Amino acid sequence: MKFLVPLKRVFDPDTRIRLKADGSGVETDGVKYAINPFDAIALEEALRARDLHGSGEVVVVSIGSTDSQEQLRAGLAMGADRALLVRHEAEIDSLAVAKILAAVYKKEQPNLVLMGKQAIDDDSNQVGQMLAGLLGIGQATFISKLTLPADANEATCCRETDAGLEIVNVTLPAVITADLRLNEPRYVTALGIMKAKKKPLEELTPADLGVDATSRVRTLKLGLAPKRSAGIRVQSVDELLQKLRAETLIP
Amino acid sequence: MTANSTHVLVVAELERGQVKGATLAAVACAQQIAQKTGGRFDILALGHETSSVGDALGKYGAGRVYLADSSDLKNPQADKASQVITQVAKTAGATVVIAASSTFSKDILPRVAAQLDAGMLTDVLSVTAEGNDWTLQRALFAGNVIATVALDGPVKVFTVRASAFAAPSPSSTASPVASVELNSAGQPNQIKFVSCDEKPSGRPDATEARIVVSGGRALKNSEDFERLIGGLADVLGAAVGSSRALVDAGITPNALQIGQTGKVVAPELYMALGMSGAIQHLAGMKDSKRIVAVNTDPEAPIFEVADYGLVGDVYQVVPELIQKLK
Ligand SMILES: Cc1cc2nc3c(=O)[nH]c(=O)nc-3n(C[C@H](O)[C@H](O)[C@H](O)COP(=O)(O)OP(=O)(O)OC[C@H]3O[C@@H](n4cnc5c(N)ncnc54)[C@H](O)[C@@H]3O)c2cc1C
Repeated sequence: MKFLVPLKRVFDPDTRIRLKADGSGVETDGVKYAINPFDAIALEEALRARDLHGSGEVVVVSIGSTDSQEQLRAGLAMGADRALLVRHEAEIDSLAVAKILAAVYKKEQPNLVLMGKQAIDDDSNQVGQMLAGLLGIGQATFISKLTLPADANEATCCRETDAGLEIVNVTLPAVITADLRLNEPRYVTALGIMKAKKKPLEELTPADLGVDATSRVRTLKLGLAPKRSAGIRVQSVDELLQKLRAETLIP
Repeated sequence: MTANSTHVLVVAELERGQVKGATLAAVACAQQIAQKTGGRFDILALGHETSSVGDALGKYGAGRVYLADSSDLKNPQADKASQVITQVAKTAGATVVIAASSTFSKDILPRVAAQLDAGMLTDVLSVTAEGNDWTLQRALFAGNVIATVALDGPVKVFTVRASAFAAPSPSSTASPVASVELNSAGQPNQIKFVSCDEKPSGRPDATEARIVVSGGRALKNSEDFERLIGGLADVLGAAVGSSRALVDAGITPNALQIGQTGKVVAPELYMALGMSGAIQHLAGMKDSKRIVAVNTDPEAPIFEVADYGLVGDVYQVVPELIQKLK
């Protein structure tokens, strides 16, 4: 089977977010970057399926500036076979990302798109569903378990929903988005990094794919969320109960 | 485009045949938009055997309540549900499609947005609508940054954060109810529902409760969680929640996870018991009106956001709380 796995370059999840002094954006000086954690999980799942099946190909794709080569190389070092970078520097919304991925999908014809359920920078949780909608194919979102035999024409997915765990069968080709509990991604090894250097990384542009990447979402202003200030320390359960009762929060 | 052509379609969410409370937050948002723009709004519910829902949803001044009722929509999947929503949005001439944020709406609405070629925002906190010039606010970076954004294009789609819009009170008027013609032959059939392990717990949902009692890694197993966190929740009539650490460990079900990648709650009182206060957890609860933290580590970051902090062991503090509240 052929897998397409989109990877987004994001801040490391432990980054302390600061704004630029002039409020024009988020401070990027000294920030460490990583593959969006959900995307790394999606890639791990694709690699495991390929290796279990004993054949297949995993193609990673990123949309961004040349800086995103770093995350694509990391994906190749994890074990992906090939990488595509769609170069785009301007602000881009989920719909434009999905349109670019739809064009890549048509070019690559994968059996399955495996991707993260959300990016930890904008927390949008949209691209996979939009991609499936544009292509008119099935989707299974927020999955924590995937059953995918090598010759399958459908995938069985366990989805994490607000109500509980839902099992669905989705016809292939499809878009599947990974939740945190799907797996734990492998670490990149020195050997993996060596091998990754020789793997193909192709660059193209939205125009090459015939896609208009204009963003319908335009950021006007960023501000830090109001910080809560620490309250008081209480010394005992009785004091805690007394405070909560004084505010009629509890009976 | 004239201002009063704004036409909002609210997608309601049903749970075991009833309207989920969070849907009313989306209705409140639609009322605000309709009022500011001189436009109007309709509500659409999808499901099976939805007739009682029409009355419940008809009490909020919607121009119309659409019911899409079919056995195919009993456990609505994104392929069919998005097609129905897109069809209703197009026929009704909706310029805005919204729903309350949840795994239901996050699964389906982006697909609708793609089908309508519309830009979309997730988890909107506020809307300023003047004619066709709209600015909306939403959180980025696990709630650390608030972005003010414009959403261009003739059709806009977004989900709203339920805790950011107060539920409206029902009125005595009733909106007309229309049933949606479904052509089952033309329906996609790519996603087949197999099962859901939903277990009604008898406790309120964390997104709707006045009090949420939430446990972290300090809880060693599910029996302790149930006895301490569940026990305290029950004496308070509260909902339960948990950190990701407990879900990962299999101690709590995923439906309890609060945070950046779980549920976002803002109750009157949030009790954070035996959890460190990681930014990803704070993203799901830091807008609570009051926060109580109990932790053995006086330096735990959760104390930085707590109104009332108690340094102590949950295995001692919680039984004492339960006993004194009984
Ligand atoms: C991409 C991503 C998404 C994430 N999404 C979420 C999310 O949605 N929700 C979420 O919760 N996390 C999320 N996390 C995980 C998050 O970073 C933390 O790992 C997690 O919240 C920690 O849970 P915890 O506070 O229960 O455990 P810990 O961080 O281990 O904290 C346990 C705390 O309990 C205290 N303690 C121990 N024993 C006792 C005792 N007997 N009595 C009192 N206190 C005690 C300790 O002092 C400590 O402070 C995410 C992480 C990533 C990378």
